[in-house]
Amino acid sequence: MNKAPPKPRGANRSRAPFRQAFESYLGHHRRVARDSARRMLQAPVASLMTWTVMGVALALPVGLLLLLTSLQGVSAGWESAARVTLYLAEEVTVDQADGLRLDIAMRPEVAEVELIDKTQALAEFRSGSGLDDALDFLNDNPLPHTLLVTPTDRVRSELAMQGLLGTLEDIRGVSRVQVDLGWLQRLKAITEVLGRGVWALAALLALAVILVIGNTIRLAIENRRDEILVAKLVGGTDAFVRRPFLYTGIWFGLGGGLVAFVLLQLTLWWLSGPVERLADLYGSQFVLTGLSFQGNLVLLMVAIGFGWLGAWLAVKRHLVAIEPG
Amino acid sequence: MIEFEQVSKRYDGDHTALKQVNFQLARGELAFLTGHSGAGKSTLLKLIMLMERPSAGRVVVGGQLLNTLPKRQVPYIRRHIGVVFQNHQLLFDRSVFDNVAMPLEVMGTPAGDIGRRVRAALDKVGLLSKEKMNPIQLSGGEQQRVGIARAVVNKPPVLLADEPTGNLDPALSADIMRLFEQFSQVGVTVLIASHDIALIDNMQRRTLTLADGRLVSEGGVS
Repeated sequence: MNKAPPKPRGANRSRAPFRQAFESYLGHHRRVARDSARRMLQAPVASLMTWTVMGVALALPVGLLLLLTSLQGVSAGWESAARVTLYLAEEVTVDQADGLRLDIAMRPEVAEVELIDKTQALAEFRSGSGLDDALDFLNDNPLPHTLLVTPTDRVRSELAMQGLLGTLEDIRGVSRVQVDLGWLQRLKAITEVLGRGVWALAALLALAVILVIGNTIRLAIENRRDEILVAKLVGGTDAFVRRPFLYTGIWFGLGGGLVAFVLLQLTLWWLSGPVERLADLYGSQFVLTGLSFQGNLVLLMVAIGFGWLGAWLAVKRHLVAIEPG
Repeated sequence: MIEFEQVSKRYDGDHTALKQVNFQLARGELAFLTGHSGAGKSTLLKLIMLMERPSAGRVVVGGQLLNTLPKRQVPYIRRHIGVVFQNHQLLFDRSVFDNVAMPLEVMGTPAGDIGRRVRAALDKVGLLSKEKMNPIQLSGGEQQRVGIARAVVNKPPVLLADEPTGNLDPALSADIMRLFEQFSQVGVTVLIASHDIALIDNMQRRTLTLADGRLVSEGGVS
């Protein structure tokens, strides 16, 4: 490993102790990390239970967030496909309506305009509603001409949509503008509420994870009370005494993260078939996406972070209480 | 090496454990600390190893005033003080070797040095052949010697012993005392708290005698 030729002793002397100390420090970290892992694996059932509690608490909010993200993708698709219906005033003739259609079609934010004249509308209504007999009693056609406006993708946002609606309403001959924004807004509001709910749930579960780890570490501290006392008596610093427990927290976090990963993969795999069938039935492109590679990495890091934090809190609280004397 | 100047220690509830204690121990000196139970022997030792702080007066160890020492400095002072306990405070979840290695571990001694120094300390107390055993398999006298090996493994300038022969028969006690004498001969300041009068008389050393928290005699040979 050390390829450098031996240096003159005099110049090297001031550096050597520092380097040696650093290497010994790293070596100590390695030993403590290994020892903490070994201790954890010595009680496999208890450790597995802690990992599973952590795994479930992590997988639940992550799974819900994934579902929510997929759902938002779907509603975004619907929003762009929203169509605006313009009901024209009664006095507007078919020719005038066609003129309006051409005018509106020129607008940059409009992709397509379709004219449904009143006769055609009545025919459609007649066949679609089943009110055939009742309609026969009417003397004349009560329906107005209608223009179906499909906005371009540029009008994807709610604000742009509102702007377009404003201009369409102002056109002479248009009596009423209707857009199916209502249910879009409702869906959006629902996903927003769900999103917040999931985040609140995630925060609570994160707290639970930290407390579970904290409690596990508290027990570990109690079990190793004698060792802590002796370490303090022979001059172990707080950092030295803390280290094995922080590593224990990190290992618990890693285990919990891995369990969460496995649970998520299993759930996705289990749901993928039915979800595909459901999406097929609705002609939707809804796909339940799992976590990306980076996402999984973040999940593991967050789990490790929680493990460390829980251990740190427990150590902070309980280690000062163990003092020789 | 150890210097007490008008040291008093009062615990909560008016109980005064030490009253205006004055004495000095030089480098390489071996002294006994004696007195009836509750006379303040343990308190005096605890002041030296920073398990307690004095209520008044000055405690100086190795030229370092301990009264005002910040808490986070405490571990570094303790590394210079070897302590032998009556109940030896050994850990039964690890080998004799690992027990003795603890003071070196906390100092961040390189692994190679640890092996060498632990074996040197075990050799010194005559337990080199038992390094791999668990301390629970050893006799009381052997356990006490493991405790001594642990106290001296990092070559501290000060060695404290609290009733080190409390549970041992006279022959074993004499063995242990011989070890302490050897350490003082190489310059370690040794202070041994004991109420084993016969043993103390036998050793012909300086004896500090406490009675009700006062140092009633700090003379040479008692």
